Amino acid sequence: MNVSTLAPSRRLALPTLNGRQRLGAALLALLLAFAWLVPWLFDADPARQQLTRILQLPTLAEPLGTDHLGRSLLARLASAVRLSLGMALLSVASAAIPGVILGVMAGWRGGWLDRVLGSLADACLALPGLLLVLLLVAIAPGNFWALYVGISLVLWIEYFRVVRARTRILVASPQLEASRLLGFGPLYLFRRHLWPELAPQVLTLAAFGAASAILAMAALGFVSVGLRPPTAELGLLMIELLPYYHEAPWAMAQPIVVLFVLVLSLNLLAGRDPR
Amino acid sequence: MSVTLASRTTPRWTAGLGSLLLQRLFQAGLVAWMVGTLTFVLTRSLPGDMAYRIAAGRYGHDMVNTSAAEAVRAELALDQPALGAYFGWLWDLLQLDLGRSLVSGEPVMTELWHQLGHSLGLAFLAVLLSLLLGPPLGLLAGLKPNGALDRVSEVAASVLRALPPFAVGLVLILIFSVTLGWLPAAGHGRFAHGILPALTLALALAAISSRVARNAMSDVSQSAYYAFSRTKGLGERLSFLRHGLRNAAVPVIAYLGVQFVYLIEGVVVVETLFAWPGIGHALVHAIVARDVPMIQGTALVMGLMFVALNTVVDLLCHWLDPRRRSA
Repeated sequence: MNVSTLAPSRRLALPTLNGRQRLGAALLALLLAFAWLVPWLFDADPARQQLTRILQLPTLAEPLGTDHLGRSLLARLASAVRLSLGMALLSVASAAIPGVILGVMAGWRGGWLDRVLGSLADACLALPGLLLVLLLVAIAPGNFWALYVGISLVLWIEYFRVVRARTRILVASPQLEASRLLGFGPLYLFRRHLWPELAPQVLTLAAFGAASAILAMAALGFVSVGLRPPTAELGLLMIELLPYYHEAPWAMAQPIVVLFVLVLSLNLLAGRDPR
Repeated sequence: MSVTLASRTTPRWTAGLGSLLLQRLFQAGLVAWMVGTLTFVLTRSLPGDMAYRIAAGRYGHDMVNTSAAEAVRAELALDQPALGAYFGWLWDLLQLDLGRSLVSGEPVMTELWHQLGHSLGLAFLAVLLSLLLGPPLGLLAGLKPNGALDRVSEVAASVLRALPPFAVGLVLILIFSVTLGWLPAAGHGRFAHGILPALTLALALAAISSRVARNAMSDVSQSAYYAFSRTKGLGERLSFLRHGLRNAAVPVIAYLGVQFVYLIEGVVVVETLFAWPGIGHALVHAIVARDVPMIQGTALVMGLMFVALNTVVDLLCHWLDPRRRSA
């Protein structure tokens, strides 16, 4: 047993970033700035059509050019990034919070609660995630909430499994036992002993989870069962611009590049290998 | 006595196999139950009158009339109470009676049978290509960790992992079909049609398997038994073949199971992009047309395919790694 496990330091809750993670954080910050500064700095409406100016090359007034309906690609991309990040944040939060709480409960209590929750997680794992999301989306095509519920339902399992496994070990540790004997309540034990150990792993999962939420939404948009036009969504932007790849390859490339940078930044931020 | 002798001399690779298969069988049952329940809830919660919605999907929105809707209602037993209908639905599912497609009128099983062949062909080609690309590259990189090849392949893997399969497919189409004109962009029939969709899936799979192989190989090459094989006089090639390959293969094969999630999800998207007539393509079409028996059938088959592939991986690992058998 080394000293650091005896005295969990505050530093563990906010891990210091290594080089790759810093690069990821910087890329993500750039995208955030792009998404929220564009509507503030430009008079940009992602849905305004100007049919006299379709598929125009980038100009000073339209820094990223226009699409096949003369809509501003700058405004549409910024709006799509806001949508993707918003969805990712929402589904990660609503997957992580119940996932962590249930994981701690199952790992701590054990017994029938552990078995019930464990088999629930196994049931959700029996189907590939996107298939589960597709089945839920089939109920209400084009509906943001069906998409969101589906993605969150897939994501919570990972938090649950990781947190449950870690909690089981941590609960048996002598330092937690000592605190418990001193009469501290479960909330204090969680804050003092469990969370500092769990936080780095939960944050890694959150970054990967955000990336997979963004990819799932784009994939569904791309096969036209996700959100509906005229919503600006990265997958939809790609499939809409696909017929014009010959006339406007630069327009086609933009949503691909943005999606790539978005997912790359989150993967870099997560740090480790996806194992 | 003879039993213990026999078990000592012959490799007991069947030990522990029963519980492993039982577990996967249970998982297959779970898949059927979940798909059945979800599609049942799906049909019951469609907004508006179910019968009219489905009749609209079948005959077109302008051609719906009451008699068509009533025919649908009778066919799907929509007028029955929910609980009875639910168990009837599950009972049909257990007998593999998937009904008829609401759009084409063909039995779902017949349609799925055709599509499954195409999807399995594509999946097989993709896994084969990914195994040819990923692990050999990873093994070479793992022999010299942090060498030039290791760094280049790491960057390439990160880039590929950040691109979703449909974006990889688009880029491949733009390069090989549009610019170079070597391969057809979409369609089916000749072998050439399968190359781009399979490559799209394979690149993403190889991105992960190359890293897994690299980590496994660098672990193996730093291990005591690997050093000992060199000390006892085996050459670099022989120690790699005899002591490196099999040990590095176990994590790569085990990780294949995790990758099948990606493969099945990728099939849905990639088949749609390349207009490949498989079950992923069919699922998307069924969802757009609200063809409920087709949705149920394709989801069921894809779920069972996932379980079957995982079982194959279990069996391979079981056979490769004797240490797992006692566990």
